[in-house]
Amino acid sequence: MNVRLYVWQRATAALMVPLAAVHLAVIFYATRQGFSAAEILARTRGSVAWGTYYALFVAAVSIHAAIGVRNVLAEWSPLSERRAGRLAIAFGVLLAALGFRAVAAVVL
Amino acid sequence: MPELPAELAVSLWRGGAQGRYETYRVPRRDSQTVLDVVTYVQRHIDPTLSYRFACRVGMCGSCAMTVNGRPRWTCRTHVAKVAGSGTLEIGPLENLPVIKDLATDMAPFFEKWRQAKGAFAPSRTRTDPMPRIRPDSPARIAADAAIECINCGVCYAACDTVRWNADYLGPAALNRTWTLVNDERDAGNAARLQAVAAAGGCHACHSHQSCQEHCPLSLNPTASIAGLKRRTALAYLKGELKP
Repeated sequence: MNVRLYVWQRATAALMVPLAAVHLAVIFYATRQGFSAAEILARTRGSVAWGTYYALFVAAVSIHAAIGVRNVLAEWSPLSERRAGRLAIAFGVLLAALGFRAVAAVVL
Repeated sequence: MPELPAELAVSLWRGGAQGRYETYRVPRRDSQTVLDVVTYVQRHIDPTLSYRFACRVGMCGSCAMTVNGRPRWTCRTHVAKVAGSGTLEIGPLENLPVIKDLATDMAPFFEKWRQAKGAFAPSRTRTDPMPRIRPDSPARIAADAAIECINCGVCYAACDTVRWNADYLGPAALNRTWTLVNDERDAGNAARLQAVAAAGGCHACHSHQSCQEHCPLSLNPTASIAGLKRRTALAYLKGELKP
């Protein structure tokens, strides 16, 4: 890992600390209130705030996890750094696609 | 301390990378060190045994070996401390090519010191006045904490990241770099930070702290590497480094 990947991984980790905390708090709140899916969707549909919040979360997760997977592959598999990097980018793109799709489903 | 038997059963690695352990009987002595045991085998049992030592007092860093699974400086490791059952298994250091028996090739280890720009780069000539370095300045305190390394290779042999990543510079070289980064007389920090910020540099460290755990001088290379991570990240954010 070079300094650029290091800074991206640490910055996304720092960003995810408050994002994950709020995410967990929302989960507890929604389940304790006994909200139905329809009630949750009523709150998220058309919400710019929740859309921005979770889009940012998905972006941070995709970057952070991809860099981590790249390190694991480079150190523990016979793959070269370049191939590990390509596979990790593909993994990050997959995470981003799945995540943004989920965000779109509850916000749009 | 429990009484040890009159004789030790000592397994020594014989041969190159594809060698095997052979067992020898060595008499137990008072205040006996692991290096004494190895020396006894070579002088009294098998003169073809190859190993490396020089000062015998923990200054030169030549005699490190794997003793009962842990990398140690053998000249300062008492048998009483490590051979409670009366058996010793002594092999060459891990993570380095074996030349023969207990002697490893240290060239890759020192090559990485060179790659990490571990040589002092003077900022003045001999005609300039001596710079005044305050011993209580934060930079000098940081350098002093890491400066006593004897290049024994114990941390390098103990490091998981070195084992996994052949390009990783390793704790000793990066610890050396940290002392120079904090040396106010040095003029080579731009190239030095660039060298340790690349792939295989300080950011490859996982902070497992095996280097700190095993260092015979109780240095903390993990802390030095953490310092380099901070320093290089700051330099990168300021645009002073090209990854």
